[in-house]
Amino acid sequence: MIKINLPVSEADIRKLKMGDEVSLNGIMLTGRDAAHSWMFKDKPDEVRELLKDTVIYHCGPVVKKTNDEWHFVAAGPTTSIREEPYEGQVIKEYGIRGVMGKGGMGEKTLKALNENGSVYFHAVGGAATLQGQAVKKVHGVIKLEEFGVPEALWIIEVEDFQAVVTMDSHGNSLHKEIKAASDKVANELIGI
Amino acid sequence: MSFKLDVDRFRDAVVELIRKASTQLPADVMKAMETARDNEEKGSPANSVLDYMLKNADAAKVNSTPICQDTGTNIYFITIPEGVSLRKIESAVADATRIATGNAYLRPNAVDSVTGKNSGDNTGVMAPYYHYEEWDKPTIKVELMLKGGGCENVSDQYKLPDSRLKADRNLDGVYKCIIDAINKAQGLGCAPGVAGIGIGGDRTSGMVTAKKQLFRKLNDTNSDPELEKLENRLYTDLNKLGIGPMGFGGLTTVLGVKVGAAHRLPASFFVSLAYSCWADRRCTMFYSESEVSYD
Ligand code: SF4
Repeated sequence: MIKINLPVSEADIRKLKMGDEVSLNGIMLTGRDAAHSWMFKDKPDEVRELLKDTVIYHCGPVVKKTNDEWHFVAAGPTTSIREEPYEGQVIKEYGIRGVMGKGGMGEKTLKALNENGSVYFHAVGGAATLQGQAVKKVHGVIKLEEFGVPEALWIIEVEDFQAVVTMDSHGNSLHKEIKAASDKVANELIGI
Repeated sequence: MSFKLDVDRFRDAVVELIRKASTQLPADVMKAMETARDNEEKGSPANSVLDYMLKNADAAKVNSTPICQDTGTNIYFITIPEGVSLRKIESAVADATRIATGNAYLRPNAVDSVTGKNSGDNTGVMAPYYHYEEWDKPTIKVELMLKGGGCENVSDQYKLPDSRLKADRNLDGVYKCIIDAINKAQGLGCAPGVAGIGIGGDRTSGMVTAKKQLFRKLNDTNSDPELEKLENRLYTDLNKLGIGPMGFGGLTTVLGVKVGAAHRLPASFFVSLAYSCWADRRCTMFYSESEVSYD
């Protein structure tokens, strides 16, 4: 398990290889469909500082408010491929060092990871309770009114948030490799 | 002798059924996951991911919070004694669903397909949805499945013959469709999953047959020896695909394969796959006038 403290430098991210298991610590931002299309079209400045050298997490959390403070109850990843049209540009625009979600992403994002020195972290799907517990503090939220709870950009502090690097900054994608290998086995089994 | 339905008592029993289904992974699934974790190479992503999933399941049970935030489509198979009112049952289950959503056992998950508006309480047109049967026992049996969206999206239906797969209208053809479908799914349905398979029927009854298989315990055996053979063959071969937990590679791609068959028309031969993610949430309630038990 490799410990990553956020914000993180490009040099440290370049050291990560496909298949590495990591534990993320520090401040990151959540963002899914509405957030990505906003960052892609409007290039808002208010998230610039927040996103520099950290992680954007594809997550629509379940939250609770007690004594005027937000808490994350469940915080599992959502399917990342929906952000494929936007992610490459968003990484470049904001200097993001990591994209986290589930299911992996496509060629455009893989290329952007390579060019900008970032990686894709794959979080475990369906493990929302543990992931909610790894979110220690909610520092704020952007666009809550307009986007709603799941789609807002939550500024969260995480401790020991576990994930696997499935796409690295050197052009490797575990998703591509596993698929190529399993295609071969499947074709043999099927006899085509 | 007619069954007296105390609607309030029944509703409360269903709230508990929903809580258990959402927050407690069935014992047979836990066991299969533990075996899978121990089989995977120590220190591999597959091994640690399975361990993480198990820890999450433990935490969900202790805290009484949903195992996964996607609490899925709520599918009911209800078996009733003669003379019980289906209208009363449905309205009690709908009430229980609203209460369970308020208690955060369920995430608001029912979206109007025309307006895009979330009903906010998991009720709506065909939500939850129900299948009914009648039996001769003085007990209402309620089987509930919380069927996740990610794994529903990778479920599939084939039509035999299929020339791309060189699949004919026989059990070998069924085998080929399932290998193809699970390979296409990769990790996207939150593998390792359970494959519920329906052979034959029409497009609806074939899929219902497939979904029904997901209620079977992972360690049961098929009463039909031919289907039992097919289940074992698929289980072994699907795990050769190397997709592994979350698609990170590994020995465990499926936790179980369950096959059922329905009569079909001479003109059609459907193969239906209902794929469930590892968060295979199901629970059965036996409700009689004197007691309630859950399995
Ligand atoms: S597929 Fe299952 S485990 Fe994965 S996110 Fe959906 S409901 Fe949760």
